[in-house]
Amino acid sequence: MSRKPNVPPIDVPDSYPAQAAVRFEGVSMRYGREPEVFRDIAFELERGSFHFLTGASGSGKSTLLKLIYLSEQATRGRIEIFGEDLALLRRKDRPVMRRRIGVVFQEFRLLDHLNVFDNAALAPRIAGRRPSDYRGDVADLLAWVGLGDRMHAMPPALSGGEKQRLAIARAVINRPEILLADEPTGNVDEAMALRILRLFMELNRVGATVLIASHDRDLVARSGMPVLHLEGGRLAQRGGFDPEEAQ
Amino acid sequence: MSLAFDANRWWPAPLLPRQDGRDLALLFVVAALSFLAGLSAMGALAGARAAQGWRTELVGSATLVVRAQGADTADEAAARAAEVVSGVKGVAEARALDAAKAQALIAPWIGAGALPADLPTPRLVAVDLDRKAPATGADLARALKAAGVDADVDDHSRWSAQIMRAGASVEIAAAGLFALILAVLGAVVAFATRQGLTSRHDLVEALHLAGATDGFIARLFQARFSRAAAQASLAGAVLAAIAVASVKVATGGDEQLTALMPIAWADLLAPAPFPVLGALVAAVTARLTAMSVLAARP
Repeated sequence: MSRKPNVPPIDVPDSYPAQAAVRFEGVSMRYGREPEVFRDIAFELERGSFHFLTGASGSGKSTLLKLIYLSEQATRGRIEIFGEDLALLRRKDRPVMRRRIGVVFQEFRLLDHLNVFDNAALAPRIAGRRPSDYRGDVADLLAWVGLGDRMHAMPPALSGGEKQRLAIARAVINRPEILLADEPTGNVDEAMALRILRLFMELNRVGATVLIASHDRDLVARSGMPVLHLEGGRLAQRGGFDPEEAQ
Repeated sequence: MSLAFDANRWWPAPLLPRQDGRDLALLFVVAALSFLAGLSAMGALAGARAAQGWRTELVGSATLVVRAQGADTADEAAARAAEVVSGVKGVAEARALDAAKAQALIAPWIGAGALPADLPTPRLVAVDLDRKAPATGADLARALKAAGVDADVDDHSRWSAQIMRAGASVEIAAAGLFALILAVLGAVVAFATRQGLTSRHDLVEALHLAGATDGFIARLFQARFSRAAAQASLAGAVLAAIAVASVKVATGGDEQLTALMPIAWADLLAPAPFPVLGALVAAVTARLTAMSVLAARP
């Protein structure tokens, strides 16, 4: 039977206390010679905030997330994560920045040749921690997401909901300060979607800045959280913190 | 459900998936390259030994072609030439060959029995030189001239130089072939690394997102391919040694083949460093390739 331990708080550093977790200024993005995905995007995500990112398919939600988790580079504009300009971030410092960001994908992107435990333990293993040091943390986390009795199963044997909960466990094992999710409920039923949403809210409660790209209107409405909406290459904010209003 | 303890359940699995069909193809190519490199290395050693043996035979002897002069008969002139060179420092022994042996030497060109009895054939003197400090052709010519003997000295230096050149050519060709094989090994590993990074794009991205550095990811491929190259090189080297040993055993009684390719049992150890060398080349190539590919990513 899985147990549900208290989730340890996110270790938010004392430096940059007043700075936003994410800040976009006049950001534009295009792939090669394709038309711009979006242009002159500007927004801020305060530390500890929770936002949904909505928009039609192809509106650039995934691209915007990729810019935050350093998988793509903006064509124009300035992106700051924890006050650091990503354009000025040296390549050798990128892995350190990535360890502060957790990412969950709709298609899970689990490593099928690793069992549940090894998938969840990926980040501490890469960080060079000894198995004896992280074994307890990983087991606790898997129990928290309801996979305590599936630690030695291989991903292909998991259901969609189990895969997504494992993906979340893998993304948060390093206690990231920013948690990004790209359509995390796209491949699960409604009940599981609500359960996953509660996991994100719990993680937000302990300090993580959460941004979820989703087209699930019901889920977004139920959460009551502020929304960033991409449409026609522009970004609009609905509710929550609005930097334009703040100015 | 079995209650037996299974260590593999608790031992972290390799981050790169275990070998698949693509790796088997790489293993086969590297083993084949190692096999060819082993054959070329052992062939080069045997070739060098053969050239050295032939040269030793040649520089250890000289031949005098003596012509009768004045009242001396050809046989007398040859006997005197043998006597003169016997006293030269660096000569172990000199003996005049009789007319029958001289005629036998030229018989292949003009035919046996075709020689008139009164044909003035030159006489030959076979000179065995001291192997440690042999007299030179110039030493012999000087002594013969001082004694008034009309003779040409053939110290085999022309043949010796050609044989040494041929031996050196074999060694250079073997070294070139070896370098080419190493280059092909590097190219194959570079291709496999590139292909591995491309086909395992999801894995690479997952590792990057989990905070892996380029060096960490490159080390995975480096370790995978260097281990594979070491195993395949070992297999190829052992097969090459077995092949050459079989040839040596099969041709052991054939003096001509043995003289042409004198393989020593110690030569079978020539491919021994291949696993280490193969692993080293694969490790360096895989790392450089992986770092180059990863550097092109954001």
